[in-house]
Amino acid sequence: MDNSATTRVSDRAARTVYEVMTEQYGNPSSLHGKGIEAGKLMRKARETIAQALRVKPAEVYFTSGGTESNNLAIKGAAYSMQKMGKHLITTTIEHPSVLDTFKQLEKEGFIATYLGVNKEGFIDVEELQKALRPDTILVSIMYVNNEVGSIQPVEEAAAHINRNRKTLFHVDAVQAFGKIPLVPGLKGIDMLSISGHKIYGPKGIGALFVRENVRLYPLLNGGGQEKGIRSGTENLPGIAGFGVAVEDAMNNLFEWQKAMEELKKRLCNRILQEIPDTVLNGPREDYSRTLGKTSIKSDREGSGVSLNVNAAAPHILNISFLGVKGEILLHALEAHGIYVSTGSACSSHKSGKSHVLSAMEKNTEEIDGAIRFSLSPFLSIDDIDYTVEILKKEVAEIRKYVRR
Amino acid sequence: MSNLYLVSFGEIALKGENRPFFERILIQRIKQALSNFENVSIRKTHGRIYCFADGPKEEVIGRLKKVFGIVSISPAYPCELDMDSIKAAALSAIKEMDYNGKTFKVETRRPNKSFPLKSPDVSREVGAHILKNLKGIKVDVHHPDIEVNVEIREKGFVYYERMPGPGGLPLGCNGKAVLLLSGGIDSPVAGYMIMKRGVEIEPVYFHSFPFTSDRAKEKVIDLCRVLAAYSGGMRLHVVNFTDVLKQLGTKGTDELLTILMRRMMVRISQEIAARVGAKALVTGESIGQVASQTMEALNATNEVAKIPIFRPVIGFDKVEIMDMAKKIGTYDISIEPYADCCTVFVPEHPLTRPEIDAVHEAEEKFDIEELTKTGLEDVEVIEVV
Repeated sequence: MDNSATTRVSDRAARTVYEVMTEQYGNPSSLHGKGIEAGKLMRKARETIAQALRVKPAEVYFTSGGTESNNLAIKGAAYSMQKMGKHLITTTIEHPSVLDTFKQLEKEGFIATYLGVNKEGFIDVEELQKALRPDTILVSIMYVNNEVGSIQPVEEAAAHINRNRKTLFHVDAVQAFGKIPLVPGLKGIDMLSISGHKIYGPKGIGALFVRENVRLYPLLNGGGQEKGIRSGTENLPGIAGFGVAVEDAMNNLFEWQKAMEELKKRLCNRILQEIPDTVLNGPREDYSRTLGKTSIKSDREGSGVSLNVNAAAPHILNISFLGVKGEILLHALEAHGIYVSTGSACSSHKSGKSHVLSAMEKNTEEIDGAIRFSLSPFLSIDDIDYTVEILKKEVAEIRKYVRR
Repeated sequence: MSNLYLVSFGEIALKGENRPFFERILIQRIKQALSNFENVSIRKTHGRIYCFADGPKEEVIGRLKKVFGIVSISPAYPCELDMDSIKAAALSAIKEMDYNGKTFKVETRRPNKSFPLKSPDVSREVGAHILKNLKGIKVDVHHPDIEVNVEIREKGFVYYERMPGPGGLPLGCNGKAVLLLSGGIDSPVAGYMIMKRGVEIEPVYFHSFPFTSDRAKEKVIDLCRVLAAYSGGMRLHVVNFTDVLKQLGTKGTDELLTILMRRMMVRISQEIAARVGAKALVTGESIGQVASQTMEALNATNEVAKIPIFRPVIGFDKVEIMDMAKKIGTYDISIEPYADCCTVFVPEHPLTRPEIDAVHEAEEKFDIEELTKTGLEDVEVIEVV
């Protein structure tokens, strides 16, 4: 249940990677037949991804993963646009590959505004509107938060940002792509980061969508691959495996989404109802705007807390077990073959506190006791029920010993 | 041809009647340290050990630097007992160094009095030979950059560099002790210090999954690996401490918990010591460093020990211990952030000056003998090399 950390590579993607490594191992830049064969594979993968995003193949650039995509988008845009302005906007709940890149740019003389979030982990579009300035060159907002699963109002944000003609909009969609339908054609979005290993593809491969009129300052110079934006011999096995994973994700998007929503709802409701002193971290109120017509209405029947799946990603559930240190519970679950993440690192290291939960104004006890379950459609209802049973036992056990 | 290294050993030369014993152990340790190299032969003469070994010099020296008992190591060039050979060896030795613009002097020792020239004469002739053949080097007999040493024994040797060894006494000449090893900075240093005095160690680590992660255990194994480089291997005892901790943690002894825990650790460790033939316990305690290391707390811990507890870093400042940890190579591992059980189970306000009566009273709630047995039920022994 740690599928937002990474996923098992699908058999099909793994087989593809192996075949490309051992058979079609050419360098796409080579002029001979092996190179051409490699080039074709790359084109196919690029087309698959473009189709999935409903953009042009020429707008898809391969990178080493989400972190590089985010770095390339933010630094690449900031450096190439700095003559037009130095103001950047992001949120306080971004992934470190965004936040730390912003911090670095601040040291270099850029000015950054960080948008806060409410208790459910959503930014306020009005706040974004107020933060926009004539010299704002870039806004970077994540699609789905990796810790609590809140789906940000990307479409509305785009509408506001696009009124500022020269402001670019980057979206970190690493946790959204392949899990929920994205804004069709990425309307109003200039750049979007995706990653292979979150969607049953290999590690070390990702992509950045860059709209065709956007110029980025390259971070890696060399052989001029990826139209000079990202030099370095292409990771062809990764690219081909990524392509296959995207294909599967798109063919199964709604089915997987529905399956995960069911699992998540059951896990969430059972934990909140059956284990005392538990708190849901993340979306809870009705944000009906986010998924539009593709959303699946949540089943609001049943007693206790109902979970609104409309504004929450189907695969991420964050719950605090009060009076329990998340890390201890994590290890206790591990002994039963259940793997999860903590919202924060060990409480004895203050710097390890979750910046996302802090931004949501969660208290120390909630932050210390937070566990992130991230699901895959390949889990069963039995897996969920087993997890709940183990949780009940282990949470009660740990609560006996750990000081409140 | 094998390279030659002259090894000198200091303190053990002073040990009178026992000297052959110490020397024999030292030679064993050197053999063990060099076991990965080809054509190793080791000879002992009065006050010196001659090690021959193939292989890259830096690697051989690196190994020798981790053999306790060695005071210095000098890569040496053997030669025949005639002046031409000696001169040739001296010249090739100094050529291996960056001599340009430097000063040098030749220092000769002649324990073999059958050699016709006296030491000063040998020095003078060798020096003249070097000056004649090399440009850019000058003599300075008071503060030379390079000291070329000539030794005339049953054969001749030239060496120019003395690298310090770790000193101390050869491992194993002073018996065995059990080291209470946590993942922290202090206990590996304590282990190193006691090993340096010739004491073999078998570390004990108290693992309390899920309260500590398996990474904490891996970290302790990594620490052992660093220490094992000085000993050629050691046995780590991983005690499954979870049940003991849980029992201690449930009976409302909050502020005394740390002391009770440490007393249990001592009890369990000394049982292990008895099993492996160790005669003492070693800890990384430093007086006053934390609540469990006040005089009162140390007393309370000490009370349950039937064998001595050695605390080599007792009088060191934290900074001094950290410096030492950096020197021996354990620091970077120790600061990895995986909490050990102490940091999870620390009471909010631990008693800094526990009353011994209160400790006894708290322990009355437990069947201590049974609890010690519980701790000994599940001990994993890991061979670390």
